[in-house]
Amino acid sequence: MALSKIWVLAEATDGKVTTTTLELLTKARSLADTVEAIYSGGDADAVAGQLGEYGASKVYTTGDLAGALPGVPVSGAIAALVDGGNAPDAIIAATSYYGRDISGRLSVKLDRTVITNNTDLEVDGSSLVTTEPVFGGTTDVKTTFTAAGPHLVLVRPKSFVAESAGGGAAAVETIAVPDGGKSAGAKVITRHVEEREGPSLDEAAVVVSGGRGLGEQEKYALIEELAKLLAAAPGASRAIVDAGWVPYSYQVGQTGKVVKPTVYIAAGISGATQHMVGMKGSKNIIAINKDAEAPIFAVSDLGIVGDVHKVLPQLIEALKAR
Amino acid sequence: MNVVVCVKQIPDPADPGALDPTTKTLKRDGKLILDESDSYGVEMALQLVTTAGGGEVTLVSMAPNGEVSGLRTALAMGAAKAILVSDGALAGSDALTTAKVLAKAIQRVEGADLVLTATESSDGYTGTVPEQIAGLLDLPSVTFAKSISVEGSTVKIQRQTEAGYDDVECPLPALVSVTAGVVEPRYPSFKGIMAAKSKPVDTLTVADLGLDASQVGWAGAGQQIVSIAQAPAREAGEVFEDDGTAVEKIIAFLDDLKVL
Repeated sequence: MALSKIWVLAEATDGKVTTTTLELLTKARSLADTVEAIYSGGDADAVAGQLGEYGASKVYTTGDLAGALPGVPVSGAIAALVDGGNAPDAIIAATSYYGRDISGRLSVKLDRTVITNNTDLEVDGSSLVTTEPVFGGTTDVKTTFTAAGPHLVLVRPKSFVAESAGGGAAAVETIAVPDGGKSAGAKVITRHVEEREGPSLDEAAVVVSGGRGLGEQEKYALIEELAKLLAAAPGASRAIVDAGWVPYSYQVGQTGKVVKPTVYIAAGISGATQHMVGMKGSKNIIAINKDAEAPIFAVSDLGIVGDVHKVLPQLIEALKAR
Repeated sequence: MNVVVCVKQIPDPADPGALDPTTKTLKRDGKLILDESDSYGVEMALQLVTTAGGGEVTLVSMAPNGEVSGLRTALAMGAAKAILVSDGALAGSDALTTAKVLAKAIQRVEGADLVLTATESSDGYTGTVPEQIAGLLDLPSVTFAKSISVEGSTVKIQRQTEAGYDDVECPLPALVSVTAGVVEPRYPSFKGIMAAKSKPVDTLTVADLGLDASQVGWAGAGQQIVSIAQAPAREAGEVFEDDGTAVEKIIAFLDDLKVL
């Protein structure tokens, strides 16, 4: 038995719907008869084609948020839509900053729990069942909702494979954003984009990541050079992002990007749970670490117990020589 | 400037966690420690109070068995006092219930200008509690801060984004969640550790907060675990000590996969 309706919180960058949104739409249409999208941006007409192609029959849009952070206005608009008698069985979002902020606020407005960090969804009878990996992905916990819907669910990126449904453009309907009062006080003054070189972490066939084992910020250049030679995306562990060596957009892990490339090379990364969750789905993993006991070796296909300061320069030289 | 910091006391991440198969809750029978993610909020709060030239830092925590060891660490860093909510009825609480309990506790702190939290805890990782607390207290909020300064009645934040960062301004009082990049936490000094022993920790029950036991814990949770299973394990491949042939091995491996 399927659910009757699911809403997906859609995200887009520069008019292009994110891959994660397309993954969620794909999964949602296997779980429910009707899939609709919620969107906040001035370009809903431009993204309605992609949303429709992946299964959304309608897109509700708040329009441009004019510098407001999304949590308060978007959750307010969704709650009003639910109160208007239009409630879906579930509202699904990505475990992203956007999805987390809106779902957190929405959970208070609807007085519903949110189940986060899921990697799978299924319908059992008329219940929605979520799967969340815990303890670094060694254990899967399945959870169901005990209260009435709409159920709020956050799903990790790359949990599903996006497949087009060949649908036509979603119908666009503008929804009102209620006045958020004093809770809506935060305003974005300036946006800063930190350029990164090479292919994106999401799409690269090869990812080369560095961690604290590099020793110092300057040594991250070795990761960048190796990545360039392999046409790979450079990545990083949370430790060196927190230390300010590279921007957050490089971070692979539970609170960063989830990657599933053909080859993942972890250099000087010990394999904290936080990191493993973001990369253990890679098809092949090469790890270089001087500590033979490092947890990263438990998931690697080729493990090198060695000094990254020796192995990386040698590898770079050998690749250049080819 | 008075700052409230939400802190979680968690099992030591160095010890592998486990779920109790009967109760389906995280086993928390060992000693709990201050979640490292929360040490950044504590440090940021202490620095903001110092810069403002007055006020104090109050900790708010929810933990089983009256656990205070993590709170003592944060008090030793320099926080003035703590509110701990501890009640057997809270076992099994979901993220929304946790937020309701913390919000009630925060309301007991008079004159709070700012509430700081981590972006998520290191054990549960739900990552929604900060926004839920802000929603319950009807406060404006800024999540994922990588720097914070206060000017008059405005808090200025660099908010981490997928693409870079945003400069965000927000009127006080407000709630801000901080990343680990926001500030470098201090180590408690010996003097701080001694002083922390006598700092006040107000321990409250669910009833003290005006909540009913049926609204919290398992009874109040909107979710139920249906199964816990071992995830399919990834098999480890070959591990070599680098004897000078590491590069050869890596290149052969990449060649096989045709990514060169």
